[in-house]
Formats: sequence, C-alpha cells, structure tokens
Amino acid sequence: MSTKQVNRADIIFSPYSVAPYEILRLSMQKTKPEVIEEITESGLRGRGGAGFLTGLKWKFFANTDGDEKYIICNADEGEPGTFKDRKLLVEVPRKVISGMAIAAYACNATKGVIYLRAEYNNLIPALKKELDIFDEHAKKFGLKFKIEIFSGAGAYVCGEETALIESMEGQRGEPRNKPPFPIQNGYLGKPTLVNNVETFATASMVCRYGASTYKTYGTSDQRGSKLFSISGDSPKEGVFELELGMKISDFVEEFGDGDTKAVQVGGVAGFCIPRKQFETAIVGEGNTTGGATMIFNSTRSMYNVLHNYLDFFAEESCGQCTPCRVGTQQLLKGIEAVKSGTKPVEYLDDLIKLSKTMQITSKCGLGQSVTNSFTSIVQNFKEEMIY
Amino acid sequence: MAEIAEIINDKIKHFGRERVALLPILQGIVKEKNFVNNQDMVQIAEALDISAADVFGTASFYSFIDHVERGKYVIRVCKSITCEMKGKHKVLQALEDELRIKLGETTHDKKFSLLQSNCLGLCDQGPAMLINEEAYTHLNPVKVHEIINHFRNLSK
Ligand SMILES: Cc1cc2nc3c(=O)[nH]c(=O)nc-3n(C[C@H](O)[C@H](O)[C@H](O)COP(=O)(O)O)c2cc1C
Ligand code: SF4
Repeated sequence: MSTKQVNRADIIFSPYSVAPYEILRLSMQKTKPEVIEEITESGLRGRGGAGFLTGLKWKFFANTDGDEKYIICNADEGEPGTFKDRKLLVEVPRKVISGMAIAAYACNATKGVIYLRAEYNNLIPALKKELDIFDEHAKKFGLKFKIEIFSGAGAYVCGEETALIESMEGQRGEPRNKPPFPIQNGYLGKPTLVNNVETFATASMVCRYGASTYKTYGTSDQRGSKLFSISGDSPKEGVFELELGMKISDFVEEFGDGDTKAVQVGGVAGFCIPRKQFETAIVGEGNTTGGATMIFNSTRSMYNVLHNYLDFFAEESCGQCTPCRVGTQQLLKGIEAVKSGTKPVEYLDDLIKLSKTMQITSKCGLGQSVTNSFTSIVQNFKEEMIY
Repeated sequence: MAEIAEIINDKIKHFGRERVALLPILQGIVKEKNFVNNQDMVQIAEALDISAADVFGTASFYSFIDHVERGKYVIRVCKSITCEMKGKHKVLQALEDELRIKLGETTHDKKFSLLQSNCLGLCDQGPAMLINEEAYTHLNPVKVHEIINHFRNLSK
C-alpha cells in the first residue's frame, strides 16, 4: 500500500479564472459524455461522507429521463468538526456553482438548489450576489439552469440526502428507505442528483486541470487532494487542502501540538485513532471522506469526548427507527452508569454489542455509524471510561 | 411587524399553495418574531389545507423553528466537543451571569434567550455562538460582556 507525506495542494482554492465561469463555457464546448468521462477518469469520490464515485453518479443521473431534473448541492454541513464547506461557500462560491452548472449541462438538469444549513444563513446575501453573476453568464452561454437557495432549519440528519429532500418537501427530516435512490426518485419524485459542496467545487477543478493532472495527486487507493477541517489541540487549526493517502503519524507530526493522544478522523461518525495506531492508520482509509479531523492531547478526558458525541447522536437521531432512537440514549446512559459504578466494567462489552446491532439494524448512516467512534474510544481508552 | 397572513401569502406566491411552502413559511414567521405559536400554526394549516397537527409535527422537528416564545435576540452557544475544549463552559457561565438567566430561559424584558446548539461549523474559531444569524467567535467572558452590552444598547 502506497502512502504520501503531508503535502499541501493548491487546487480547490486556486484563483478564479479571469473570465467568470470560463470553465463552464469551455466544458460546454465538449460533448456531454466527454464531460462525464473526465470526472469518471479523475477517480473523484463524493466528499459528503459516503465516498461514492462522482463520475458514476453523474452517468446514472444523465441516463435517467425526466422532464424536470434537479441538482442539489448539499450544504448542510452538520458533522461536528467539519467547516470546509463553509469556507468554500465564503471564498470560492463560483467554483461550487460552476460544478453544479457543469453537472446540469452534462446531465440535462434544469433546476438547481443549494440546501444551506440554517446556521449559515448569514452567507445568503453574498451567495445571492454570486448567483446573479451566474445567471447572467448562463444566459450568455445558452444554459437553462436556475439555482435557488433553500434554507435548512437546524437538523443534522437533514444532511442525509433523502432526509434533505423530505425537508425540502415540507416534511419532518426523516430519511427514506433506499432504493429508490434520489437519482431515480428524488425531490417531488423527480430525478435528483445530490452532491456535496466540495464535490462540486472539485469537479469544476477537474474540468479545469484535466483528470490526468488531478490523478497525479494522492495514491492509487485514494485519488486527488481534499480539504481537511482541522480543529482541537492543534497550533494550526483551519481548513487545509492535502494530498490523500497520508499516514496519521505524519499528519500528527504536522498538525499536532506534540502531545497528541488521539485523532478523530471523519467527524464523530468516523473513527477515533489512538496513539498506538498512528503509524499504521491512513487518513481517509476505511473511514469517511468528510475530512473532519479533531485532535486531542493527553490532557483531554476521552470519557468527556465520548459523552459529548453520544449526547449529540441522541439529540440528532430523528427517532424514526428504534435501534437508533433507543440505542443512542442507552449508550449514553450506559457509559454514565459504568463511570458512576452502578454497572460493572463488563457492561461496556454489552454496550459495544448494542452499537454493533445498531449498525446492522438502523435505517440511515446516523444510527449505523455510532459504533465507529463508540467502539474505537471504548476499546482504546477503557480505563478512562471506568476511572 | 408584518402580519402572519402576509408572510404566508408571500411564500405561497413563490412556492404555490403546496406542502413545499411549509418550511419557508415557518422560517419567515420565525424571522419576524423568533417563534411560531399555536394560532400561527392553525392559520398555516388552513392556508395549505393540511392538519394543524401536521404543521406542529413538522415544526417541532427542527431546532431553528421555535414554538415557545423567544427573545428578540436568540443566543445559541456551540456545544460541540472542540468548543467545549476551548472554554465553552466559561462562556456559558458569563452569559448566564450577564443576562441573569439560566440556559434555556428568556430574560424578563424578552430581549435575550440563551440556548445551546450543535456544531456551528466554526470549530477552528471556538468557542463560538450565534446571535440570531450572526456568528461570534473566539469568545471569552470579557468579549461576552461587550457583545451583550452592544445588543442592549441597540434595543434601547
Ligand atoms: C446523518 C447523515 C448526515 C449527512 N450529512 C451530510 C452533510 O452535511 N453534507 C453532505 O454533503 N453529505 C452529508 N451526508 C451524506 C449524504 O447523504 C450524501 O451521501 C452526500 O450528500 C452525497 O454527496 P457526495 O456524493 O458528493 O458525497 C450525510 C449522511 C448522513 C447519513
Ligand atoms: S438511523 Fe437514526 S437518524 Fe437514521 S432514520 Fe433511523 S432513527 Fe432516524
């Protein structure tokens, strides 16, 4: 398995082209299958968490017929520790919109929506200004694609694509069963493509630089570069674009404060990597591609960390399915009981079993992923759970 | 203050007399007066021809659609782990002292409500909070005092 050093990349935040929406104009001179092929060839995977191949998704979407097809930019960014989409929307919104428009051209969609979390409502005025510039250019290029902003209302689970669609339809944000996937049956039953903010921005950069250049970044397992939201006990907090395929040890060397005890990779839905695994674990591998990395040093109580996560999950569970609704609450109560001594240490094993049951029986990624951080923290920091 | 009926009609004009108008209507009312009461919900239900229970069921799902009365300035302190590590507790304590209310309460003059929120996406700038839609970052007790004073003076 090949790995990479910690290498900064400068693709996603590179300066805009001089003529606005130039990448869109140039992409529209190619045939639609050519554009999709370029994205496929780049190996780009969705940056919203699940890591589905973007080119493949676009191809499915292009092949779905419909009189009205929707493209939704998922800007719900609610994963604790993630703030890269916000930075993209503030600093390079044009790239995000370009990505949406290129997808619209390539897949014959006419309606676009940016689903923006309520916490980011203060970004709306600037985004609207950029959308006006886009409208002007789309008209000039002969692209019929109108983008609106839909404001969320404070629910983490609405980042899940089908819950997002439910909420746009005026319902409670409860995830749907899949299949059918939004590509076939999405917003108001119409074919709908949902991609993350960073996915769209990166797609436009793949069109600018070409798949062959983009592919030179990263390793054969993980192509390209991606944004990392780095926070916690680090002297260099912020958003960094890094080449994929780094070992955690190199990452910690670069971003830790010299006393790093654990790194939470992929947000609270991801894994907590303890110091003894720094040498072997690779950032992004086997864990989600959201890019949230929280660094904890040895002064931090991992019990408090886990308690905070579970509190979050219990609150944000939509409550639709029992394993997740009850499970999140029981895990929280369970670690409290072990800490206070009302339950024996062995109870932690039962709790791990419960979290694994949630993984197989929950309806959506929220309930399914609780076990990732739960098991990795309880197993690696058992003493801290007890004393 | 804009009439509730006006907000409803305005959104219906844009979204149609359809269920898709529901969340924008609720958001419009919250923007106007920071919460949606039972009467408003009945009014919305009539306008969209759905049951009031359905409106309540949807509204109560979302943490930014309050259905109990809130103050003019709604403060939401981020309770995510990184903000907690950087001193959220001190910030919260300072807010409680400054406003003389507890978490979850609203001041008597109905100016401020003090709430917590999950991750605000400002983890590299914590501790952080929102006051209505504006973000405040790198907070500490001194800053809290200044910010609250600023809002007190605004509403005089
Ligand atoms: C609980 C939950 C929350 C999610 N939150 C987000 C989010 O905030 N932003 C996002 O882009 N994807 C989020 N996703 C993933 C989406 O369902 C979907 O996979 C993604 O938007 C697809 O875009 P991509 O292929 O570009 O990654 C979430 C998934 C789950 C299960
Ligand atoms: S797993 Fe949790 S969040 Fe997902 S549908 Fe079930 S209850 Fe809702």
